[in-house]
Amino acid sequence: MGVTVYVPTPFRKLAGNQTYIEADGETVGEVLDSLGSAYPALRHMIYNDADEIPGHVNIYVNNQEIHSLQGKATPVKDGDEMAVIPAIAGGAIEQPQQRSVALTPEQVDRYSRHIIMPQVGPSGQRKLMETKVLIVGAGGLGGPAALYLALAGVGTIGIADFDVVDLSNLQRQVLHQTDDVGRPKVESAKDTLNAYNPDVNVVLHNTPLTSDNALEIIPQYDYVVNGADNFTTRYLVNDASYFAGKTLVDGSILLFDGQATVFVPGQGCYRCLFPAPPPPGLVPNCAEAGVLGALTGVMGSIQAIELIKQVLEIGDSLVSRLLLFDALSMEFRVVKLRRDPKCPLCGDEPTIKELIDYEGFCGAPFPGPDGH
Amino acid sequence: MTVEVKVTATLQKMVGGQRVIQGDGATVGEVIDDLERKHPGIKDMVMVDGQIHRFVNIYLNDEDVRFLSQLDTPLKEGDVLSILPALAGGA
Repeated sequence: MGVTVYVPTPFRKLAGNQTYIEADGETVGEVLDSLGSAYPALRHMIYNDADEIPGHVNIYVNNQEIHSLQGKATPVKDGDEMAVIPAIAGGAIEQPQQRSVALTPEQVDRYSRHIIMPQVGPSGQRKLMETKVLIVGAGGLGGPAALYLALAGVGTIGIADFDVVDLSNLQRQVLHQTDDVGRPKVESAKDTLNAYNPDVNVVLHNTPLTSDNALEIIPQYDYVVNGADNFTTRYLVNDASYFAGKTLVDGSILLFDGQATVFVPGQGCYRCLFPAPPPPGLVPNCAEAGVLGALTGVMGSIQAIELIKQVLEIGDSLVSRLLLFDALSMEFRVVKLRRDPKCPLCGDEPTIKELIDYEGFCGAPFPGPDGH
Repeated sequence: MTVEVKVTATLQKMVGGQRVIQGDGATVGEVIDDLERKHPGIKDMVMVDGQIHRFVNIYLNDEDVRFLSQLDTPLKEGDVLSILPALAGGA
């Protein structure tokens, strides 16, 4: 009888740093007992002195909390998934800080909530400070992504956007404020990011990305975060990131739905996911159909998280997985994303070997001052 | 056989605002034909010339049917299909 038990971050160091543990038992209680025998320190977290599961720990079987089932007597079968989830109160864990010669005392203070986590530490913080990220689009997704990356101390943040701030942007685009209406978005973005963190070097690309400039701009960065709002730019950014050998953290939104994934060159790309764009007009954009403002914060933050995980080389990334978020049903789902051997860009016999005519491919111009 | 079909927001307006609908059939293709009978017009959003649109993915549970047997992919009781069009939005 094999059950997979998910161990959340706070308990992981008590369980040999494993995220998933296989354990045996025919009931929840038996599985927890076998976990407790294998990892005595974990047992202290799962059971209190009275040998009961403490109130701040929930146990789930296949996403159902056991209080709504049969408690510890809930039967489990081969292939079931359990999870041990403690309430997380936030706040700091008391732990001596390791100071690094490369960080100033002010930086150690500023980034202390990251640095005290062993997954970051001073060396991880230095990695973030040495990282250069290009954000495509200073809008709904690019805004929160850039904001959290700036707060985290990512050293260089490039912003590519040609647009000016419009009043209708302010329902969701956190980089821009009422007084910014009419200003170039890149300038407003730079002011906001530097107000939050003056250490960040914000580089401005106040121009539409096109086949002419994408392979000049993208290679200057280590990673690309995609917050584009049209298919033409999405296919361009995908192809250019692949040719430049850069990891692309992708996100997209519409209405109440969000999608996010990570494309590492050679492990699948946007063309493997969606081989061709819809004909113009068939899938509406946010301006035509609308988008929930707070949804952009969720998806942009997820992109920032995935970027930080890439830099720190921690956790399980969204590479080869597509995350789907439905804000109406409040469900996150993950589906598989495969590299397509027949992909014209990253497949076994590629036919796209340089940037193409994306306006022709998508049947739609690049948006921008000269695009329409 | 009846399976659940999850549709995202752009298709929901064609199915009376529902996020999950029921479809009958032994294969993915049969289910789409059944959905067309119940919700006329939906097939054109998903397919063209007998093939799934290249900007639409259909997942059987968590696997893209493009990597299974496409429209001929057989279904079993309890399977969940998801129809997912590409989204371009970012702003």
